[in-house]
Amino acid sequence: MSVARGGVPLIAGLSLCLTAGQALILRGPNGCGKTTLLRTLAGLQPPLAGEIDLPPDAVAYAAHADGLKATLSVRENLAFWAAVYGGGDVGAAMGRMNLSGLSDRAALNLSAGQKRRLGLARLLVTGRPVWMLDEPTVSLDAASVALFADVVRGHLAAGGMALIATHIDLGLPEAQVLDLTPFKARRPAPGQGGGFDEAFL
Amino acid sequence: MIALLTRDLRLAIRAGGGFGLGLAFFLILAVLVPLGVGPEPAVLAAIAPGVLWVGALLACLLSLDRIFALDWEDGSLDLLATAPIPLEGVVTVKAFAHWITTGLPLVLAAPVLGVLLNLPTGAFGWLVVSLLLGTPALSVIGTFGAALTVGLKRGGLLLSLLVLPLYIPTLVFGAELVARGAAGLPTQSALLLLAGITAGSVAILPFASAAVIRINLR
Repeated sequence: MSVARGGVPLIAGLSLCLTAGQALILRGPNGCGKTTLLRTLAGLQPPLAGEIDLPPDAVAYAAHADGLKATLSVRENLAFWAAVYGGGDVGAAMGRMNLSGLSDRAALNLSAGQKRRLGLARLLVTGRPVWMLDEPTVSLDAASVALFADVVRGHLAAGGMALIATHIDLGLPEAQVLDLTPFKARRPAPGQGGGFDEAFL
Repeated sequence: MIALLTRDLRLAIRAGGGFGLGLAFFLILAVLVPLGVGPEPAVLAAIAPGVLWVGALLACLLSLDRIFALDWEDGSLDLLATAPIPLEGVVTVKAFAHWITTGLPLVLAAPVLGVLLNLPTGAFGWLVVSLLLGTPALSVIGTFGAALTVGLKRGGLLLSLLVLPLYIPTLVFGAELVARGAAGLPTQSALLLLAGITAGSVAILPFASAAVIRINLR
């Protein structure tokens, strides 16, 4: 598979397969296309070449931004996503991410790490088998990273899958690591490839 | 989808949600026009249908850029696009929420403001009917404009320029309906054309808006 961002090819010739209970950690320098790869796999943009074979409604995507509404409380934020995804257990998700004590606090009064934990708790209420996580541990402290690793481990043990782009060690020794550097796409010569966008770049 | 509607309505009435912005603008316009034009009842009665409709249209325009911009900024739009709700459903619900928070208050407030502008008695019913039929089209067309400009910083100006020409048919037939009602003329053709524009927009534009958002999120 090949992916491109803003008309520039980033990753070429990548092929990967995830099975139930498996986690794959994506590594690579800034700008190598980790986010673009995850967005493509989540269905937000089409791949430049190749194909994605995913069962429908399998992916829960977590981006850099948590997608929280500042004026809604922790519980309301989670309850909204639970309702959208067809009813996950909000209370249990808050418990797992250590948010129970904050359930009635508005999201704008949370610290950066607490917001991140809330964003990750959203994954638990989606009930989707494939988690695609983009830098999930940004602004989390060591204890929260360990908590999150436990949650991912529980998800894998239940037959889930996880694809995680990260720079730090998550404490998931069983996860495979994929370095994206060897798959870096060569920039096409001017006038070649690029397709429709070429005229505008 | 109901969850999305309740969330949008709840966000609108919480602090900084912008609920009442359009209504306040409508109110200010209807109060200021008699002061600017002068208290001549005949003049006011003649311009009332047009002023009320232009006011309603501009009030709708005022809150359009919030429809998707806020969700885009905090990342919710990406998450909604990957959620099990079809994107066509998301834009329809968003347009409906915009209508409830902007269009519906205008419909309810218009008769009161009609008094300020000395609207002829026979036209009050037509004013409410025309706004009730026309404002959903304003919300749906505006949602399409908001979808086109999502992701642009300060896209409000471009949004207005894109949306205003599309608003003109609704404005023309909406104001015409009220004016004909005020003059006691037959209103059927204006009524049917206004309803037709709204029905057409509601049927077609959600698909266009969803397609545009998909492209903008790439």
